[in-house]
Amino acid sequence: MNFVWAFVIGGLICVAGQLLMDYTKLTPARILVTYVVAGVVLSALGWYEPLASFAGCGATVPLIGFGHLLAQGVLDSVEKIGLIGALTGGFTAAAGGITASLVCGFLAAVFGQSKDQS
Amino acid sequence: MKLTKEEYQQMTTEASPKSQVVRDCIWAFCVGGGICLLGEVLKYFYCKWGLTLTDAGTLTSATLIALSAICTMFGWYQKLATKAGAGTLVPITGFANAVVSPAIEFKTEGYITGVGAKMFVIAGPVIVYGMLASVAWGIIWYFWRILFA
Amino acid sequence: MSLKKGDTIFFENCPSITGFATVGGKKESEGPLAEEFDCICVDTRMGEECWEKAESAYQRSAVEKALNKAGITLGDIDYLFAGDLQNQCTASAYTVRDLDVQFAGLYGACSTMAESLSLASSFVGSGICNRAMALTSSHFCAAERTFRTPLEYGGQRTPTAQWTVTAAGAVVVSAQGGAPYVKSVTLGHIRDFGIIDINNMGAAMAPAAAETILRYFADSGKKPIDFDHIYTGDLGLVGSTLLQEILKQEGVTLPNYSDCGMLIYDRLRQDVGAGGSGCGCSAAVLCAHILPEVQSGVMKNVLFVATGALMSPVTFMQGESIPGIAHLVHISSQK
Repeated sequence: MNFVWAFVIGGLICVAGQLLMDYTKLTPARILVTYVVAGVVLSALGWYEPLASFAGCGATVPLIGFGHLLAQGVLDSVEKIGLIGALTGGFTAAAGGITASLVCGFLAAVFGQSKDQS
Repeated sequence: MKLTKEEYQQMTTEASPKSQVVRDCIWAFCVGGGICLLGEVLKYFYCKWGLTLTDAGTLTSATLIALSAICTMFGWYQKLATKAGAGTLVPITGFANAVVSPAIEFKTEGYITGVGAKMFVIAGPVIVYGMLASVAWGIIWYFWRILFA
Repeated sequence: MSLKKGDTIFFENCPSITGFATVGGKKESEGPLAEEFDCICVDTRMGEECWEKAESAYQRSAVEKALNKAGITLGDIDYLFAGDLQNQCTASAYTVRDLDVQFAGLYGACSTMAESLSLASSFVGSGICNRAMALTSSHFCAAERTFRTPLEYGGQRTPTAQWTVTAAGAVVVSAQGGAPYVKSVTLGHIRDFGIIDINNMGAAMAPAAAETILRYFADSGKKPIDFDHIYTGDLGLVGSTLLQEILKQEGVTLPNYSDCGMLIYDRLRQDVGAGGSGCGCSAAVLCAHILPEVQSGVMKNVLFVATGALMSPVTFMQGESIPGIAHLVHISSQK
């Protein structure tokens, strides 16, 4: 059942993004920023954790989940080390994803080449 | 010409073809859902191999990012994205694509000023505003705990 | 000699177009005009290491072929007017670096073919020189990374977006020679009706095209039916609809009208959104389709109106609206 909910919830979050793209003038970059900030806010309000435990990757793989990850990281760090945790928590939690993207980006640049789309 | 700007905006809106919302949404739902499903399957196997839930989550993200990078390198991600729209934009694979694609594109401007400098040209704002929001939340949470807990 | 009336320059000794050539890329080779190109280079990299150099290679190839068809060498060219879509007009500058010729670089965005042809014709028509060349190009990949996103970036194009043509076109204008002739030219006025959507450039350029066409008809006293065909540069689906609506409001209908952006691709089959765009679009259709038909006498009088959207990625991000421009050239099979 986990798999079904991951598919459905993940799909619905993407449909929400598609509606923003088709009906508003928001550029993709703005939609991504909106999603991440929305993730932080929803997580802070305590609304996102229930969805994440219900839909698994359906809630964590979309970029809202990235915002959720940042908020959770900050929450844990503040509880452990106090106010400094507000500075360190976000990047600590996001380190894996950002570093993986960075490494993959570099490797792709070394081995890949820009190609015509036509 | 007698035309005013307001009239012309109206004419432009009428003359511009609209996005095919239903078709776009079906694509976004299936592809976006599919990527999340793939993530869930990966996480299931990583957990089965004895990783903790947090580690499995991180490794799942890293795997999806690597897959996205490979697809981007071969030009497949871009081809899928023209159909899937937000289905490929919103998942973490879209974030990876936004990092990898400028890295490849600006290689001709050198590894420092091209690849290094341009890598976060699209994805940078996501990190900047995500971090700002999380810092703000950290500060609020700190004082909330002192005052109410 | 020539006579300026209103906005239009009428040539008494009409300059002749003695050579013209166009070289296209892969997507162009799959379009309806494929057969009419002088040369198709399916490898859009042209064996170079970057897209910018590839665009210059397309230009060099077009120059060579146009000179060959005119039966002259580069030494016979007095002035070269050239432009492209790259920042600081570098595709042209780097092409001309290897050609020893007097050079003026132009930036008119997608209107550059009509702009360079107007200037070349004016120089020749007014007796300043014997021969001048007009050269323009655009390259999908070079334009995409300058104006939009990296090529591998997964973005969905909006239905109003247009596809930059990969092609270069070169035209030799001479004081003596046969058809086709340039009868008159009208350089345009900038018109900006507040369009800010960078993915709807046809809409941004349509009012400028209407303005130039109306001014030309007023100056020349001619009517749309006096022409076998009227071509606009790259208004695409949205822009060409809007142009006809604006002209209808002004009491002018165009019975024989096409847009180069709609001719160069099969819009639906090739998935190019609202049609083709870029300097290469009007240059390719002019050299591959329009000039041969005028030369052979199939068409006697045509108007070629290339349109340009004069924004940059910086002004776009600063929220500025897009200024449009259109230049008109009257090409005829008779002097």
